[in-house]
Amino acid sequence: MKVFWAELSRDLLLAYRRKGDLLNPLLFFVMVLALFPLGVSPAPDFLSQLAPGVLWVAALLAALLSLDNLFKSDFEDGTLEQLLLSSESTYPIALAKALVHWLTTGLPLALLAPLLAVMLFLPSHAIPTLVVSLLIGTPTLSLIGAIASALTVGLKKGGVLISLLVIPLYIPVLIFGASAVQNATQHLPVQAYLAILGSMLALSIVLAPFAIAASLRVSVSS
Amino acid sequence: MAALLLNITDLYCERDDRVLFEDLSFTLNSGQILQLVGKNGSGKTSLLRILCGLYHAYEGSVKFLGHEIDEDRDSFHRSLTYIGHHVSVKAGLTTQENLRWYAKIHPQLDVQRIESALASVGLAGYEDVVCQNLSAGQKRRVNLARLFMLPSTAFANSLWILDEPFTAIDVQGVAELENKILEYSRAGGAVILTTHQALQISENVSQLNLDNWGT
Amino acid sequence: MVKKQFMPKWFYQLASPKWCYQISGTLLPYFLITALVLLTAGLVWGFAFAPQDYQQGNSFRIIYIHVPSAILAQSIYLTMAIAGGIGIIWKMKVADMVAYACAPIGASMAFIALLTGAIWGKPTWGSWWVWDARLTSMLILLFLYFGVMALYSAMEKPETAARSVAILALVGLVNIPIIKYSVDWWNTLHQPATFTLTEKPAMPVEMWLPLLVMVIGFYCFFASALMLRLRNEILNREKRAGWVKQLVSGQ
Repeated sequence: MKVFWAELSRDLLLAYRRKGDLLNPLLFFVMVLALFPLGVSPAPDFLSQLAPGVLWVAALLAALLSLDNLFKSDFEDGTLEQLLLSSESTYPIALAKALVHWLTTGLPLALLAPLLAVMLFLPSHAIPTLVVSLLIGTPTLSLIGAIASALTVGLKKGGVLISLLVIPLYIPVLIFGASAVQNATQHLPVQAYLAILGSMLALSIVLAPFAIAASLRVSVSS
Repeated sequence: MAALLLNITDLYCERDDRVLFEDLSFTLNSGQILQLVGKNGSGKTSLLRILCGLYHAYEGSVKFLGHEIDEDRDSFHRSLTYIGHHVSVKAGLTTQENLRWYAKIHPQLDVQRIESALASVGLAGYEDVVCQNLSAGQKRRVNLARLFMLPSTAFANSLWILDEPFTAIDVQGVAELENKILEYSRAGGAVILTTHQALQISENVSQLNLDNWGT
Repeated sequence: MVKKQFMPKWFYQLASPKWCYQISGTLLPYFLITALVLLTAGLVWGFAFAPQDYQQGNSFRIIYIHVPSAILAQSIYLTMAIAGGIGIIWKMKVADMVAYACAPIGASMAFIALLTGAIWGKPTWGSWWVWDARLTSMLILLFLYFGVMALYSAMEKPETAARSVAILALVGLVNIPIIKYSVDWWNTLHQPATFTLTEKPAMPVEMWLPLLVMVIGFYCFFASALMLRLRNEILNREKRAGWVKQLVSGQ
């Protein structure tokens, strides 16, 4: 557990010292959402129908965007290989990395979402479900995304490649996240969807860190 | 009595369709300082990374205290300190924060020794300086300070793998580091290092020329 | 290379590229001939002799290509992930090469399944594409293959590429059932009770027997294509080994 906290506190401190970078995924989220009324239609009826899916897709893309940098600087300055030379297990280290990604993207996105939901005329009674579904769903995105980020960290052209690897794997989360919000707009029960999002999160907490750690070993070994 | 720390047998490694070394076998005993020599591109860094367990594209066997390093990774890494090509220091953290982090992920390092270690590498008073404000040589010294954080009780049967540790270090710093290496080997630690400079110390030092092992 | 000897001997023989090259050379003609015979027989049988479907008429006959390619696309992903896993665990070069050889074959199978699905969709649904659960799952499977192939081509060293791709394929393998399940759920939510392509109540023997022949034929075809690609890859990666040099200079 000591390495988990060591890694978490170090990365949060680094993120805090570069506060400007924290804003980028949020700005991206806002801008992508602004494109829809402009590109499709500003009619409130139409937007409120579109909102659950669009909000989820935009959050997913924003989380995707910041994956490229998750391991990059550690890889470049050599602290990543030192991490892998730790006698402690790599599982908590990988978990900490994914958690940092979530704390710096998924969490702020979920907290910002209500504001944008209002702009897209999402019925206000669906907003709690939106926030909760994002809170449960985005950590899974961070965990899965960290695998792809770890696989591509040694490559010069990581950016687009990460998206190619990750988007198919994100589809289940998107389906259940957006469906939960969709149901909430129609006053239908949402517990089942949230439970499934929760079980996907549990599964990825158990499995993803192993894949992340294995991928990091491969990337460092090149 | 010197213990057999590393036992390398029939190591084979190729890169970009060139054989770096073939049938390479050697041993390293505690208290031994092994200097790898060879031309640029002869595979010194690759060999060091294989020995650390960071590079896997090889065939052959690398045993530490009788166990394959890949199979008993944790106990091997508890005895290993590796200084690589990278600065291995986070530019956004202070020298002290960097070393504190190292002490947590490498529990063999003693967190109490951070200040004295920084002093030993000539960075006394730099504890709270953020590393991006340091010169290249000073950053290297922060990384090297890890060697001074290892308590002497942990020297015996442990291993240092140092890839060009003297790069960007001034003459006095080199001398101090060489003394540290000597002290370490006398206490039963083993060192494998590469350097383009001639070592001033000669006690316990042997050489391995990689130019003879490739094609 | 081999450190842990807890698997039977043939397992390690399989690990030898040379042995693998030779055995696949022996087996290849048999598989190739069987594939040709079965595919020709199945196609003629299915397209000319099998009875018409009472609802869809002749257009259903594309099932004889659509279904086998869809089955193969999934089996090949499974093969690829398992081969990749073996490559990681036992550090077996040949398994890496098998995984590498699988990816494009699987992607083309998924593509054929999508293409035939679209062609079939036109007379059945009146449009080239419908977001039907099976087609959507197949599309995502094709995306997964694309990811694997993109990662391969981005990596320079075959060894690290093989490791990375194996991890990705295993992650994908865990995800495939989840994707399938969620797409099915999503589909029932948005398009309740659409007419599904392949779930036919009680297909008569005259209809599914040629289908079975086609499926086996497709498997044999996959085996031969895999062996061809594998042999090519073995020669390429082992080009500096003595036996390859001998082989090449001997010809």
